[in-house]
Amino acid sequence: MSLEDHLAVHGPLPLVPRRGRRAESPLIGRVERAGLRGRGGGGFPLARKLRAVARSRRRSVVVINAAEREPASLKDKTLASKLPHLLLDGGQLAAEAVGADEVIVCTCDSAPAGAESLAAAVEERRQLAAEPAAMHLASAPNDYLAGQESALVNHLNGGRAIPTFTPTMIFEQGVRRRPTLMSNAETLAHLALIARHGSRWFRELGTPAQPGSALLTLWGPLENPGVYEVENGAPLTSLIDAAGGTTAPVRAALVGGYAGAWIAGEFLHGVALSDEHLAAHGASLGAGVLVLLSDSACPVAETARVTRWLAKQSAGQCGPCANGLPALAQTIAELAAGSAQPQAAQRVERLGSLVAGRGACGHPDGTATFALSALDEFAAEFADHARHGPCDACTRPAELPLPLPARVPAARGPAGYASVR
Amino acid sequence: MSQRLRLNPIACEAHGMCAELLPERITLDEWGYPLLDDEPLPRSLLDHARRAAQACPTLALRLERAPETS
Repeated sequence: MSLEDHLAVHGPLPLVPRRGRRAESPLIGRVERAGLRGRGGGGFPLARKLRAVARSRRRSVVVINAAEREPASLKDKTLASKLPHLLLDGGQLAAEAVGADEVIVCTCDSAPAGAESLAAAVEERRQLAAEPAAMHLASAPNDYLAGQESALVNHLNGGRAIPTFTPTMIFEQGVRRRPTLMSNAETLAHLALIARHGSRWFRELGTPAQPGSALLTLWGPLENPGVYEVENGAPLTSLIDAAGGTTAPVRAALVGGYAGAWIAGEFLHGVALSDEHLAAHGASLGAGVLVLLSDSACPVAETARVTRWLAKQSAGQCGPCANGLPALAQTIAELAAGSAQPQAAQRVERLGSLVAGRGACGHPDGTATFALSALDEFAAEFADHARHGPCDACTRPAELPLPLPARVPAARGPAGYASVR
Repeated sequence: MSQRLRLNPIACEAHGMCAELLPERITLDEWGYPLLDDEPLPRSLLDHARRAAQACPTLALRLERAPETS
């Protein structure tokens, strides 16, 4: 959407003046009443982040995190391509609320469409009368962990895009040692709407605990897989209907992406898309990824492939992750090949609980959650593979989306991503 | 004011000195990396814990103030 169209639909940036230089921006209270939580996977209340940075007396920086390194997530890329100005409005409003004079818009190398759209939007906005903050574009490398908060700060500070061990929080010391507010792209787009329409308007949708709508990326055997805006708490079946319905029976759904959990196909009719409801299934919406696995896919082969990929994404900095994830992937691969030692399933469980909570970032925890949930949900299939080796479905084309290997020149699909079908 | 152990997992190189000096609280996993909890340390273990932290060749182990339990 061009700036002209954006202004026609949404109007100008609704800057809310403060009641004095030291007073808190009224927008922060409004975000708090709206109950907006981060949509990058962490689910942290945005108002608390804003307040932490606003309290600092030093000049701060806002980072719009549109790197979106979760392989199955396309929502932020979609938002960046289609509604770049809404996203930039969110960054500017956050800057105004925390007293920042700079907004860094961070996309990733593998999604040129979103990056180009944002670059054009930043250029277009130069015609606007004074905005609260100067805007700069930055790009994160393609690695899975590059979008993690401390990794992205490290990258923006000229270091490698890998997580750091920082007892100091970025709201105290982040980009160029300045207090930093980093927020996911979708979260800031919601902020731009809350600033215009208020907290009550935001709460008209969703549940009391999880108000508003969310952008979800839906993959699988569907007529129209893709990114959908869904009311939090809506039935999963309504989302599947919106996507034109399924084209094959569904064995299970992966909720929350590759740090998420599986829910069996027979329960999908009763699933509501809210964290309160999903908690009963050991799942949460996370960064809003839902992957339906068809009945004809082999869940064991799929789990082995994704776990191997996740193990390769370890930055290799923390011993339990650098050793534990390859061991986890190896044991699952042996189970899938029918060459595992006795008690291999128990070893997967032990490795999963051994790595969790022992890294500088949440990567080992997320990988363990994914692997253990698969072992639990597909217990019969794992036992069958352990006994008899690969099944007929093992050689079928993979269904769970992963980025294509870097050096293979690929036909330009949606931004270098393997096709879902 | 109680103290607890805090490990920097990036700095840790599995030398294992800590587990030798504070076996009451630290064991090693199958790769030699320490397993520890962040519960407050009892007074009786404080000296041992300090020695374990000082002995770490990469300074990955520290003592820090435990949050007040209310």
